[in-house]
Amino acid sequence: MKPVNFTQIEGKSFGYWALLGVLGAITLTGFVAAMYMEHHGHYVTGMTNQIVWGMPHVFAVYLIIAASGALNIASIASVFGKAAYEPLAPLSALLAIALLTGGLVVLILDLGRPDRLIIAMTYWNLKSIFAWNQLLYNGFFVIVILYIWFMMEKRMRKYSKVAGMIAFIWRLILTTGTGSIFGFLVARQSYDAAIMAPMFIMMSFVAGLAIYILVLMIAYSWTGRELGDSVLRRLKNLLAVFISAVLYFVLVYHLTNLYAAEHHGIEAFILLGKNGGSQYSSIFWGLQILIGSVVPTIILFSSLSSQRLMIGIASALAVLGGLAQMYVIIIGGQAYPLDIFPGMEIVNSGFMDGMSVAYSTSLPEIILGAGMGFGVALIMVVIGISVLRFLPQSLADEIVDPHYVAKASS
Amino acid sequence: MAASKEMTDQSRRSFVKQTAAGAAAMSVVPGVILYDVARAARDPGDAVTDRTRWGMLIDANKCVDGCTDCVTACHEENGVHQLGRPATDAQWIRKVHLRDKQTGREYGIPVMCQHCEHPPCVDVCPTGSSFKRADGIVLVDKHICIGCRYCMMACPYKARSFIHEDVTGQAVHAPRGKGTVESCTFCIHKVDAGEGTTACVQACQHDALVFGDLNDPDSRISRELAKYPSRQLRADLRLNLGVRYRNI
Repeated sequence: MKPVNFTQIEGKSFGYWALLGVLGAITLTGFVAAMYMEHHGHYVTGMTNQIVWGMPHVFAVYLIIAASGALNIASIASVFGKAAYEPLAPLSALLAIALLTGGLVVLILDLGRPDRLIIAMTYWNLKSIFAWNQLLYNGFFVIVILYIWFMMEKRMRKYSKVAGMIAFIWRLILTTGTGSIFGFLVARQSYDAAIMAPMFIMMSFVAGLAIYILVLMIAYSWTGRELGDSVLRRLKNLLAVFISAVLYFVLVYHLTNLYAAEHHGIEAFILLGKNGGSQYSSIFWGLQILIGSVVPTIILFSSLSSQRLMIGIASALAVLGGLAQMYVIIIGGQAYPLDIFPGMEIVNSGFMDGMSVAYSTSLPEIILGAGMGFGVALIMVVIGISVLRFLPQSLADEIVDPHYVAKASS
Repeated sequence: MAASKEMTDQSRRSFVKQTAAGAAAMSVVPGVILYDVARAARDPGDAVTDRTRWGMLIDANKCVDGCTDCVTACHEENGVHQLGRPATDAQWIRKVHLRDKQTGREYGIPVMCQHCEHPPCVDVCPTGSSFKRADGIVLVDKHICIGCRYCMMACPYKARSFIHEDVTGQAVHAPRGKGTVESCTFCIHKVDAGEGTTACVQACQHDALVFGDLNDPDSRISRELAKYPSRQLRADLRLNLGVRYRNI
């Protein structure tokens, strides 16, 4: 292995400014969408008193778990001592901060009163998982920024392993907190399950890694830097393993529910589309399982993945699958009616009890969630790699692969 | 000697009389005072205490099919206006008509915030905006609600509404605001004024709703609960609800 030389990207080309311009425009549109929702109130969205968390939450929660997952690549180097991942660590940490910022911006702008953010920071109910999460997210920023500093500053490099270790533990707690937002909700049939926390951790591994692969491939391709097969081979194999692990958690979650008569309703709703759940069962089987999990796993484990484009496509499909899974969990979980009167059939109700309320997302929600969320995150990455030395000059095999043997000598 | 004996007897007699009167007063007055404290208007400067726990008993057998007087009265009292958008309009109380899947028996009941002793909405609220008053009434502090809607995710009874658009025609005693969450307040403005009742109870012409102090064994609600069987919605959650149902 040769020493790794980290450099900024030049950041002067037309392409650089064009990219920032496009991302800026997307982000601005997201902000306008948020202002539109705030001005008129949430009735202009697809959200209702039954589907209280809509598309913005799907994107926000996805970005938040992706953030902790993106840091995983750095952890493989610092915690598990894999030398090949060391050159990948700084970008991993930058992406973690960027994705978390994107997710939190969406979450805040979707509040009924985003102007009261200061209240959220000054009034604390320490029994609330949201309150814990505020501490965990802020702590994550501090720890990851210190970690980046320790990695980049020669004098501090000796502490980077410890910082990486703390960051790894912190991110596990953080994603446990995110999964527990749903896991601790006793009221709803599809939540109230301890498996939510570990499942969210595994989902974060997929989300963070898939986005990392895409950002890495695009960054190296557009800046003309060399990206060796060795790096990509490791990352894509890992992605396939993570996707399979998420499938395992999904299987256990549904099997547990299917065993208990109490949960047969929600399972028929999500898995078979009964009682108005067809939207969710199609997204579950079509997007989450087939296109978002099975197809990318097949691509990544087969010889198809010898082509870079296919690795990119598989990563993009994994992101799509993750978003679909988040949609089924968040929206599907709310769409299934609350079981307030077990054993009773609801003949009629003044508040749509017992009915699955259709949710059709609105344009402002998608623009806010996707535009603002990914927009802010990617702008931070683009600016980050142009002002600080996050990217290795080259990720060619002879630099990255500890087992590299020059072809000429073999 | 005889005269002095007479005087002694009289003084003894008056002592006994006064003591008896005093004892009688001692045993009755506290009850009267307590009764008055419970019923009287609470001075705004005085803290609410847990000596009282407000609750409601709803009798499904008395609740008349098709009658929504309680719903209308609640929404009029609290300035909750419907805008013709059922999915986003606020509902503080609604009528639910149910049929037993096995037996076919049907009944209707009003459902509102159940004023839990252990409210999940209060647990999850990040700012402490959702809170339970010492007298058991679960409320939203509109000044510190950030509109995150986590309480609505946590409530097992779908009792809360998010204000999806600008509100007009607010009642002075029930401030509302776009972007915050709200629900039944057990008409605290009436309770605090010493009326000891709510708008829905007053509106019910069928005596299906009883409001009162669950901690007072002599209140009508406590007497009826002690005498007849009653149920809580989702009793499996062990939330110890302030609202109880009969004949469901």
